[in-house]
Amino acid sequence: MDSISHSIDNVRFLKDKSLWVRKETLNIHRIAQDTRLASSLSAVEIFVVLFYGGIINFDPKDPRWDSRDRFIISKGHGSISFYPILADLGYFNMQELKRVGKEGSFLGAIPDPIIPGYDTVNGSLGHGLGIACGVAIALKRKGKDEKVFVLIGDGELYEGSVWEAAMFAGEHGLDNLIMILDNNKACMLDYCKNVIDLEPIEEKFKSFRWTTERIDGHDVEQLYGSLKGLKEKRGERPKLLIADTIKGKGVPFLETDPLSHIKNIKPEDIDGVIEGLK
Amino acid sequence: MTGKRVMRDVFIESIYNRMFRDEMLFFLCADFGSPKLDRLRAEFGSRFINVGIAEQNLINIATGLALEGFTVYAYAIAPFLVMRAYEQIRNNLSLLSHIREINVNLIGVGAGLSYDVSGPTHHCIEDISAIRTLPNITIFSPSDWVLVETFVDYSINNKCPKYIRLDGKPLPKIYNTEDVNLERGFFELVKGSEVCIVSTGYMTHTALRAIERLGQDGISCGLVDVFMIRPIGDALLLETLSRYKCVINLEEGFINKGGLDSMVSCILNGSSATVGIKKMGFGDEYSFDMGGRLFLHKSHGIDEDGIIKNVKDILKGIKD
Repeated sequence: MDSISHSIDNVRFLKDKSLWVRKETLNIHRIAQDTRLASSLSAVEIFVVLFYGGIINFDPKDPRWDSRDRFIISKGHGSISFYPILADLGYFNMQELKRVGKEGSFLGAIPDPIIPGYDTVNGSLGHGLGIACGVAIALKRKGKDEKVFVLIGDGELYEGSVWEAAMFAGEHGLDNLIMILDNNKACMLDYCKNVIDLEPIEEKFKSFRWTTERIDGHDVEQLYGSLKGLKEKRGERPKLLIADTIKGKGVPFLETDPLSHIKNIKPEDIDGVIEGLK
Repeated sequence: MTGKRVMRDVFIESIYNRMFRDEMLFFLCADFGSPKLDRLRAEFGSRFINVGIAEQNLINIATGLALEGFTVYAYAIAPFLVMRAYEQIRNNLSLLSHIREINVNLIGVGAGLSYDVSGPTHHCIEDISAIRTLPNITIFSPSDWVLVETFVDYSINNKCPKYIRLDGKPLPKIYNTEDVNLERGFFELVKGSEVCIVSTGYMTHTALRAIERLGQDGISCGLVDVFMIRPIGDALLLETLSRYKCVINLEEGFINKGGLDSMVSCILNGSSATVGIKKMGFGDEYSFDMGGRLFLHKSHGIDEDGIIKNVKDILKGIKD
């Protein structure tokens, strides 16, 4: 594994960034209570490693740069934690983070493609993988080496359209497609295992001719190693990285609540929660 | 008006010819064929994809290709294309094309009662209403294969989502290529005096036959064929219809639910013209009646006899 583990500074950098992103996500939630906090917190390290770890090629000054790696955030509602990253990297001004959900802002509780850095409509689940398959076919057709990354949630796997696309990707050997599953174990009303158990996820995708890996989705070293390896790997199979995460990561009462998806933190309690972050 | 051809064959043949010189064309289907498609998929294997019986994925794959600049044709049975994949059409074509250039051409075969004996699941009598309510999507509803043939250039040059509703049966030619003006959206095929039928697709043929019979009785009736439900030149259509006292809207679709009749009503209501409108189509119910298309038309009162009766009744009313 080509890991950055030998570089203590890089690991610390990614961990520090993750902590900062969590704080900023909570600050956004303070002013925009309609944001889905718990599912945004589970994906923090995934966003951080992709964008600060040098996995994804991007250009904040030219969000639709033709040579960028494509990134489709299919679990759009659970990506509020991507806002501070986009601002920090220069896609838009940091001051915009203080206007989420306010009149005239382009940053909503659900992100739309009017936001620099978002390419697709992501408010309804189950669309991203199919679109990513189309993009992957297009890139291959054009002879381009850029990759297509998709972020999907585990609850999203209940959508039938995901499996239409999963079959398609395997059949067409889309090895330029890397799907990251934010496997935070819960959907809106309960833990997934109590709704319809999604496991064994790896076997399901393997049977559709995908390559799979499974890691701790909050461990930046594991994320970096797997994502870098999967990006470079060829072999005529689409790739799935199952990132086992915790919904509401960093906020103890959310981490243990099966209803965390719809739980808010009152604005007056945000400072206390931020102080408790590790 | 001879030379029957199936619209889908004409369209696929035209696309096939364009694919030789335009590398940016992709043809996708949801496991739905045509004799002409066999040649296309053999010749252009890398730009033809059968996604399987998966209309939702059909739209999503098409969207991804279009985001990367390709012109995409997505081909399926009309009711499944429109209604199985409705949210994909809404979010990824209608909504996303507010922001991004998306040239996806949905080719739905089986408009109206094309699949007559297959029953109500295969009848497509809601599609105009369903797509018309979504912004940014062009709706093409041709009555003959000449219109279809001319649409290929239009589909490539106008880089927006489009819904192309094709009849499934062989139909005779109505237009001459040099007379077709797609931008105009409609054509007054027959000029009448007091009553004018407005129709689209297959029903234009039914109307032509009814008008011929009326003519034998010395009765004049106009006919406007609407082939572009959107965009259409509202002002020009209003000007044309305003010459009449009453319009009969004729369609193989539900009435009063947002279809062609609603479009015509809106245009008439938004003006000072005092043109009456009689709507002929399907009422607020499904039908399991079994039989061929003409039988089904008769049982719903939208056959030639039904049209002739309505025209005569309206003329009687005008005179009274």
